[in-house]
Amino acid sequence: MELIFALVIGSLTASGVYLLLRARTFPVVMGLTLLSYGVNLFLFASGRLSTGQQPIIGSTDLYADPLPQALVLTAIVIGFAMTAFVVVLSLRNLADNEDDHVDGCPPEQPADSTQEQEETGK
Amino acid sequence: MNHWLIAPIVIPLLGGIVQTFMGYAPISLRRTLALATTVLIVVSSLILLSLANDGSYRIYAFGNWQPPFGIVLVLDRLSALMLVMTSVLAVFAHLFSLGGADEGNRQFHTLFLFQLMGLNIAFLTGDLFNLFVAFEVLLIASYGLLMHGGGTLRTVPGLHYVVLNLVGSAIFLIAVGMIYSVTGTLNMADLAVKIPQVTGESLNLVQAGAMMLLVVFALKAALLPLCFWLPKAYARATAPVAALFAVMTKVGVYAIIRVYVLIFGENAGDLANLGMDWLFPLALITLAMGVIGALGASSLKTLIAWQVIISVGTLLAAVALGTEKGLSAALFYLLSTTWTVAGLFLVAELISNQRGSAGDRIITAPKMRHRTLLSVLFMLGAVAAAGLPPLSGFFGKVLILKSVEPGPHMAWLWAVLLMGSFLSLIAYSRAGSIVFWRTVDGHLEKTEPLKGTVSVSAGALIALTVVIVLLAGPLNEYTDATAAQLFDTAAYTDILQTPMIGEDD
Repeated sequence: MELIFALVIGSLTASGVYLLLRARTFPVVMGLTLLSYGVNLFLFASGRLSTGQQPIIGSTDLYADPLPQALVLTAIVIGFAMTAFVVVLSLRNLADNEDDHVDGCPPEQPADSTQEQEETGK
Repeated sequence: MNHWLIAPIVIPLLGGIVQTFMGYAPISLRRTLALATTVLIVVSSLILLSLANDGSYRIYAFGNWQPPFGIVLVLDRLSALMLVMTSVLAVFAHLFSLGGADEGNRQFHTLFLFQLMGLNIAFLTGDLFNLFVAFEVLLIASYGLLMHGGGTLRTVPGLHYVVLNLVGSAIFLIAVGMIYSVTGTLNMADLAVKIPQVTGESLNLVQAGAMMLLVVFALKAALLPLCFWLPKAYARATAPVAALFAVMTKVGVYAIIRVYVLIFGENAGDLANLGMDWLFPLALITLAMGVIGALGASSLKTLIAWQVIISVGTLLAAVALGTEKGLSAALFYLLSTTWTVAGLFLVAELISNQRGSAGDRIITAPKMRHRTLLSVLFMLGAVAAAGLPPLSGFFGKVLILKSVEPGPHMAWLWAVLLMGSFLSLIAYSRAGSIVFWRTVDGHLEKTEPLKGTVSVSAGALIALTVVIVLLAGPLNEYTDATAAQLFDTAAYTDILQTPMIGEDD
C-alpha cells in the first residue's frame, strides 16, 4: 500500500509541477489542482497509513491519527476556494488581454525576427 | 487564559461580516462603520501592547483545550509590536481609502477588514497549521484587494501573485506534513521541545521540512530568488492597498523570526540555527537587487515597491546574524521602514493625481499643483527611507550596523548596506528632482483636487517617522526586551504548562 500511495503522490506532484510551468493559464490551473491533490494525499499520509483502526489512543495497539485528517479537510476547503478564484482570474485575464498566456501576451515570436530579416533582405 | 487576545481577530471579523451584508447601504454609513472597526482594532492592539509589556506570555486556548492538543493564541512582546504596527498603518491607509479609492467595489471594506483579521491571526497564533490558515485568510483577502480598482492594468500581476502564492501554500503544507510526521505536533512551543530530541533518519525529514518552510516564508517576504512578483503587483495596486501591503512582506519576516528563533534556534540540537547561513547572503543580495531596481525605476510607485525589497533585505540580514542585538535593531528598523514605505505609497498617489496625464512616471511634466506640500512630504519620506539623519531610517540602520560583531559578516553587511543606502539616495534624488523641479510650460489636464482626509493620512504616516525619532529611547528599550524575550525560548515552552480554566478547582 505504501508503494502505491507514494507513486500516486509522486506522479500527481510531478504532473502538477510540469503543468504549472506551461505558458497558458488552463494548464497552469490544472497543474495547481493536481499539485493540491498530491499535497492533500501527502498530508494525509503524515499520520501514517493504517486501515480499519480507531482514532483513539489506547483502544488498540495501532491507531489512526485523526489530526492529519482534520488538516487535510482544512486544506481541501482552502484549496477548493483558491482554485475557484484562480479560474475566475484566468477568465478575466483572457477577457482583458484577449489571450490566455500567463503574461497577457506571448513574448516576442521568433517569427517576427525572420520577418524582419526578410524585409531587410528585400 | 486572557480573553483580550481574541479582540484583534474578533473585531475585524464582526466588522467584516457586517460590511458583507451592507453592500447596498449608503456609502457614508459603510465608511463610518468600517473606519470605526479599524480604530477599535488600534485600541485593542494598544491594550495588548500594554499587557505584553510586562514580559510574560499570555495564552488564549480555543475551546479551553490544553496546548499542545488545542490551538492557542500566544501574546508576547513581538506579537504586540506587530499588531500595533499593522493597526496604526491600517487606520491611516483606511482613512486614505475614504477619499474615493474605496468606490467601484461594494466589498472593499469587507476585504480590507478580513485582510486585517488574517494579519492579526498570523501575528498571534502559536500553532504552525494555524499560521497556514492565517496566511490563507490574509492572502485571499489580498487577492481581492490587489484586483480592486477598475481597468485591465492589474490582471496579469494579480494572476502571477495568486499562482505564486498557491504554489507557496502547497509547499507550506508539504513542509507542515513532513514536520508533523516526525514530531506528531504542530504547536510551536511543543515543537521547540521536541525538535532537539529528533535523531537519526527522522532528522533529515525535519530538516527538509524546515528548509521548505523557509522557502515559503521567503516567498511571502520577497527574498531574492522569489521577489520578482512584487514590484509590478505593488506598483499597480490602488494606493491604500499598496500601503497596507507594506505589512504583507513583514509577515514573512515575522514568521522567519518566530519559527527560526524559537523552533530552530540555538537550542535545537542538531538543527541549531538552521538556514541562517543561507539567509544572510541571500538577504544582502536582495538588498543589492532592490537598489538596482530602485535606480532603474521608471515611476514613483515602482521605485517605492523596490524600496520594499530593500527593506526586506536589510531586515533579514540583521535577523540572520542570529544575535539579540541584531534582532532588536531589525525590529526597530521594521517599525520605521514599514510606516515610511506605506506613507510613500500614499504620497506617490497624491503626486500622481496632481500631475495630469504624466501620473507618477518619472518624466518632466507641467508644474504640478500643491507642489510645496507634496515635495516636502516626499522628501521627508525619501530621507527616512534612504536612512539619512535626522529621521528614523537613519537610527534603524545605525542600530543594525552597530549590532554586528567584527568579522566577515561585518565587512559584508557594512559594505552592502552603506553602498545600498547611498545608491538609493541617488535614486530618490533623481526621481524627486525630475518630478518636482524639472517642469515644462503647459497646462495640466484632469488633476483631482487635494482632499483633506487623503493628505492628512499620507502626511500622518510620514510624520510617524518623526514620532519614532522622538520616542527612540523607549522604543529601543522595548525592542531590546523583545529580542531578549525571543531568545529566552524556555519561557515560551512554559506555556504548555499553563493551567486551563476549571483545572485548579
